[in-house]
Amino acid sequence: MSQISPVLWQFLSKWLTHFALFPPEASKIAPQLDALYFFILLVSLVGLTIVVLLLVGFSVLYSKERHPVAEQIEGSTLLETTWTIIPLGLFLIMFVWGALIYFRVFTPPANAMNIYVVGKQWMWKAEHPGGQHDINALHIPTGQPIQVTLISQDVFHSFSIPAFRVKREAIPGRYTTVWFEATRTGTYHLFCTQYCGTGHSAMIGDVVVMTPDDYKKWLQGSTSGHSLAQDGERLFASLSCNACHNARPDARGPSLANVYGSKLTLSNGQQVTVDEAYLRQAILNPSEHVTQGYLPIMPTYQGQISEEGVIDLVEYIKHLDSDYRVQQTTNTTTLLPESEGKAAQAGGNSAAAPGKVNP
Amino acid sequence: MSATIISLPDQSTARIPKRNYLTQENGILSWLLTQDHKRIGLLYLMSITMFFFIGGALAGLIRLELLTPQSDLLAADTYNKVFTMHGIIMIFFFLVPSVPAVLGNFFLPMMIGAKDLALPKMNLASWYFYMAGGILALWAMITGGVDTGWTFTTPLSTHYVNTNVVTTGLAIFIAGFSSIFTGLNFIVTIHKMRAPGMTWFRLPLFVWSNYAAAVLMVLGTPVLATALILVVLERVVGIGIFDPTKGGDPLLFQHLFWFYSHPAVYIMILPGMGVISEVVSTFSRKRVFGYTAVAFSSVAIAVFGFFVWAHHMFIMGISSYAALVFSLLTMLVAVPSAIKIFNWAFTLYKGSITFETPMLYAFGFMGLFTIGGMTGVFLGTTGTDIHLTETYFVVAHFHFVMVGGMLMAFLAGIHFWWPKMTGRMYPEKISQLAALITYIGFNLTFFPQFILGTLGMPRRYAAYPAEFQVLNVFSTAGATVLGVGYLLPMLYLTWSIKYGKIAGDNPWQATGLEWQTQSPPLTENFAEMPVMDHEAYDYEWLERQKEKEVASVG
Repeated sequence: MSQISPVLWQFLSKWLTHFALFPPEASKIAPQLDALYFFILLVSLVGLTIVVLLLVGFSVLYSKERHPVAEQIEGSTLLETTWTIIPLGLFLIMFVWGALIYFRVFTPPANAMNIYVVGKQWMWKAEHPGGQHDINALHIPTGQPIQVTLISQDVFHSFSIPAFRVKREAIPGRYTTVWFEATRTGTYHLFCTQYCGTGHSAMIGDVVVMTPDDYKKWLQGSTSGHSLAQDGERLFASLSCNACHNARPDARGPSLANVYGSKLTLSNGQQVTVDEAYLRQAILNPSEHVTQGYLPIMPTYQGQISEEGVIDLVEYIKHLDSDYRVQQTTNTTTLLPESEGKAAQAGGNSAAAPGKVNP
Repeated sequence: MSATIISLPDQSTARIPKRNYLTQENGILSWLLTQDHKRIGLLYLMSITMFFFIGGALAGLIRLELLTPQSDLLAADTYNKVFTMHGIIMIFFFLVPSVPAVLGNFFLPMMIGAKDLALPKMNLASWYFYMAGGILALWAMITGGVDTGWTFTTPLSTHYVNTNVVTTGLAIFIAGFSSIFTGLNFIVTIHKMRAPGMTWFRLPLFVWSNYAAAVLMVLGTPVLATALILVVLERVVGIGIFDPTKGGDPLLFQHLFWFYSHPAVYIMILPGMGVISEVVSTFSRKRVFGYTAVAFSSVAIAVFGFFVWAHHMFIMGISSYAALVFSLLTMLVAVPSAIKIFNWAFTLYKGSITFETPMLYAFGFMGLFTIGGMTGVFLGTTGTDIHLTETYFVVAHFHFVMVGGMLMAFLAGIHFWWPKMTGRMYPEKISQLAALITYIGFNLTFFPQFILGTLGMPRRYAAYPAEFQVLNVFSTAGATVLGVGYLLPMLYLTWSIKYGKIAGDNPWQATGLEWQTQSPPLTENFAEMPVMDHEAYDYEWLERQKEKEVASVG
């Protein structure tokens, strides 16, 4: 072996140990998507074989030596029809099959556990409902459908887990979702696949799939002590949201208890269903989302709350199920140091108020 | 003796005619101010060759950097600039103008029996716009570069990078005019300048495919220009059209961009398909199988090509129903390409085939384009697109179409028409070798990238996980071979301008009108106005012509 140069030797040994032709199938959708992949691959191979056979066969049979006289042929409607209809039919099968998978990947089941993921130059930050944060990583259990709600704080990113065969763009200013159910424990790649600037190729991480028991241990071991909703509650108070949204009879803003999932009529007559996207828009761009019967007096929080802060608020509002809870929040506010500049203070002291208000 | 036996003419007696478009006038100004479509074609040939080798050098840097998993040869920022410039130069300054502006410019008027393009001054202006855009783009590269990717995705390009986005955007904007001018010129010329008897269904298929591409250029390029100007305005003035905090939509840019840039794929490939029709017919001495099917499939590609742009955005939060519609339309646009491949294959049937270099490149085209087209179906299918989009699978796919398809077609065309352009033959043996080297190098470079993409390796990564290295080493090794394959034609074609064998009028015994005049042609192309009294690719007519000549001389 010593004759072989070390570089070549390293190359050969890497070939033997590190060479994969196909990614692991670690989610429920992966084998389904792969079945379609191999179907298209099969059709492609058959098609390519036919083309190559025709080219090689005719080249041999009708080379000038063998076939000095060309016979002029106009064409053939029968053949034209054949090679129009058959590819079209095959492509349509792929279209329908692909559409079924596409809808499956982007339609989460009702019992999916939601994890928020914020993309920013150049890291992924996952926020678990219990308040656990993952930086450039995602810890999940097997056997549990997980919905990932994505948003980008700056440019387009794309959240890609090849082993799960899922990918979704993280878009600035808008939530997008994707879901998956992991089937095999292990550590898999998490990539950003949309070019996002200097650190694009460093925006990678690990998806750690654990057994449900290990996952529980991880949850307990890495909790920050308060859930997203609790963080949201603090932020709600420190931004003085409860000055108006306080569920009192004379409140200037609508009560937020049970607002999530309800149907609202806006002052412009539009009917909306309140979901995460609506709540986010209503916080950042309130003048466009005034509930009927209220005045457009809410200031915009655009640029004042980070995407993580918005997520906390959304989670808090989602979990508000009674006016009493809001009033409790109101009561705790009175314990806080009073009044103006609270947002700035909270931003400067983000360890105490993990709502992460931008200074 | 049957009518279609063709014997090559005796070349020992052939002479380069004294009076031709090259000797008509002398001096640098006679080139810079020329309105002769053939000279403008040569100006384009020289400029796009220069840009091709600049873009190729950048590709070499990319492959060298990717030899190792770490970002070590180039820093991440430099790498980003290099792949951005590689894309911009290769697409806007090589692929889009390559066949139309060089071969189309040169041969389209000759093929329809015209003296020149309808608007010669506009044709010259198109070259100046092209050069102005190209030089501005190079200047932007030299003075710091740009790192948005050739797709200029907002809001990265408008708010987050600090490089020469405005300069590069304007460079492409300016170069866009050259494309529009060429397209407009082709449309007018094909409608108005056909020789007597040259009906639409006697047009060579090269003309049909360039017509389809010309329509795309004229209708698509203004949308790209609009999108780029909006990026520039957003950067300079902050109009907010792509900025969500001002109520804009960052995704809107991608709709506008792909509305041009997907048809642009067909602007690039359609003229190449035209070349393949000419070459396959000539070297199998047989008319193209299913002429009307091939002609109409070009038109169908052009029409459907405008309605598939959102297939670049299946995972970007467009409506799922929109994704369905665009996926279906994408399937429809795949069919005409399949029709063409089968028609070319059946053109060989009962032909009398020889294997000169242009034919070898045409075979390369058919094989690689089939792979490129079929892998496009993987991406047009919504389900598999989720996994494969934004990975090296996409990179491999469009390089199979653009480099394996288009560049092979361009080289086929250059070799095919070289005798007509220069009056001299290229050296056959070495060029056959170059075609083979190109083919091997190409497959070695780009086939591993399909596997890399399936494994999930993302595009535009300066550094990648170590387990992807082996395939990347293959790819880089292949790129080296490919580089040799492209340098060889550059060298021997230049050599042949002076030392090549004299070609004579019609060395391939092809039927097109461009071959029925002297090589190199007169400035006015034909000594007397040709009359088209036969179908396209009528080899029996050609044989009768020859017999007549023999009879009159004898």
